[in-house]
Amino acid sequence: MTNTVNKIMPTAKPFTLGSSRRLNTQAYRFFGWVLPPIFGLFLLVVIWALIAEHTQELPGPIKTWVSAVELFSDPFYDHGINDKGVGWNILASLERVGLGFGLAALIGIPLGFIIGRFEFVARMTAPVISLLRPVSPLAWLPIGLLVFKAANPAAIWVIFISAVWPMIINTAVGVSKVPQDYMNVAKVLNLSEWKIVTKILFPFVLPYMMTGVRLSIGVAWLVIVAAEMLTGGVGIGFWVWDEWNNLNVEHIIIAIFIVGIVGLLLELMLTQIAKRFSYE
Amino acid sequence: MEKANADKYVQLEHVDMTFHTKKGTFNALKGINLNIKEGEFISIIGHSGCGKSTVLNLIAGLLQPSDGLLFCAGREIAGPGPERAVVFQNHSLLPWLTCFENVYLAVERVFSTETKAQLEARTHAAIELVGLSHSSDKRPNEISGGMKQRVGIARALAMEPKVLLLDEPFGALDALTRANLQDELMKIMAKSGCTAVMVTHDVDEAVLLSDRVVMMTNGPSATIGEILEVKLPRPRARLELAEDQEYNHLRSEVLRFLYERHAKKSA
Ligand SMILES: Nc1ncnc2c1ncn2[C@@H]1O[C@H](COP(=O)(O)OP(=O)(O)OP(=O)(O)O)[C@@H](O)[C@H]1O
Ligand SMILES: [Mg+2]
Repeated sequence: MTNTVNKIMPTAKPFTLGSSRRLNTQAYRFFGWVLPPIFGLFLLVVIWALIAEHTQELPGPIKTWVSAVELFSDPFYDHGINDKGVGWNILASLERVGLGFGLAALIGIPLGFIIGRFEFVARMTAPVISLLRPVSPLAWLPIGLLVFKAANPAAIWVIFISAVWPMIINTAVGVSKVPQDYMNVAKVLNLSEWKIVTKILFPFVLPYMMTGVRLSIGVAWLVIVAAEMLTGGVGIGFWVWDEWNNLNVEHIIIAIFIVGIVGLLLELMLTQIAKRFSYE
Repeated sequence: MEKANADKYVQLEHVDMTFHTKKGTFNALKGINLNIKEGEFISIIGHSGCGKSTVLNLIAGLLQPSDGLLFCAGREIAGPGPERAVVFQNHSLLPWLTCFENVYLAVERVFSTETKAQLEARTHAAIELVGLSHSSDKRPNEISGGMKQRVGIARALAMEPKVLLLDEPFGALDALTRANLQDELMKIMAKSGCTAVMVTHDVDEAVLLSDRVVMMTNGPSATIGEILEVKLPRPRARLELAEDQEYNHLRSEVLRFLYERHAKKSA
């Protein structure tokens, strides 16, 4: 756009015009996009500091920061099963989420395709899904413990069951939204079921699927903290519980930030992947 | 079953079409009889909603008639087949495939016994035929509306169909592009010699391209009102025809049918 403008106009004038406009957009970017989030975070810290000022047990931002620096100076120490660095705890939680989420994708996405493609299956599964989906993920923990007789698989099971619904539902919705025009093309070209899936359904459904995947990873990360509090072992959720028992409130606040930041990073990562896959 | 007959290459016999919807049944077509000769170019013209697309979809095999029979080359039409290719009204290209891949998808299925190189050659040839070789690696959203429609035509032609079915192929284009594509289509059809059925709502387009213009009455229960023979010699040149008496006479015949005898009641 600007290129063509520069070509058409005489050289002297547009140069200043172009550069001042560039400056304006830069300023706009700074004031419109960079400043507000920084201001928001700053406000959060100020409110936190004010509350901490009047509450004895709650540590303020500075005290927490000092503690965090100390904590992250050695995140990967290992003093036996019940005393590992915070890095190990984060990794353990990520591993559980990865496993539970991966299983959920492996089962949820194909199931979503089948439900979306065959109306009979859709009607068959509709009542089951509506019945089970609203159940709090933690309600599944005892079942997991009962079946697997171990805490770790039970936690993974809880992640699985909470992450599977968004993937099933979003994939199925995507498949059912495939325009009739595309299906008519498939019929006229007499495409095989395999070609229909790979050349028409999959590319069309991909954005829907990625929405499901993003929602799922969000839910999974949300649930893992609670699940680990109950199951124990190594993990960020259990770490929070442990620090609560030690009455180390700085660490609890740090844990809240860790959970938030890791969740944000997961979301960002998947958004990036989703962008790559969109055909627009 | 009847024997294949050059005069009755595509046959519609007492075709009725009734749609069953949530609001009840809707009788769209009633008693459609039409014989299409091999190599003939037929236009179907009528007011919006009269059932033109329905007729085309029946021939394509995308719809099954509620009553009556349809034949192509002496065989009853039971579903879509590679000998009947469709150019859709809204081009219906797959947006995630390049123009080449869109055409290749059709070729690959029809000529499944050929090697990859042969299939690619066919695809290139079809794209070249519509003059789009330079854009064959572009996606549909990177090319203009006219170009998309050409890819749609290339996809249909690449299947080497016996019958080409076109549903308002140029409906969404501006007058200039439309005229260019009409001329190109005439040339392509002259070369390939295949039978064509085209739905249109453009009187000039119908008369210019067709051997016969099928005029439909308004729905519900629409049927064929009149069939007009266009005996203008080919190749036809649009500029010369503009002053041709016969052409203008045929044109006003169609107009009279549409706007005098079967005028659409203003809704
Ligand atoms: N699948 C369907 N279910 C119910 N009714 C339908 C269906 N398809 C078409 N109809 C009805 O049949 C009639 C004819 O439709 P059709 O699409 O063939 O019209 P058309 O002549 O192609 O119109 P246009 O020029 O606007 O494309 C319309 O009244 C339409 O509402
Ligand atoms: Mg139509």
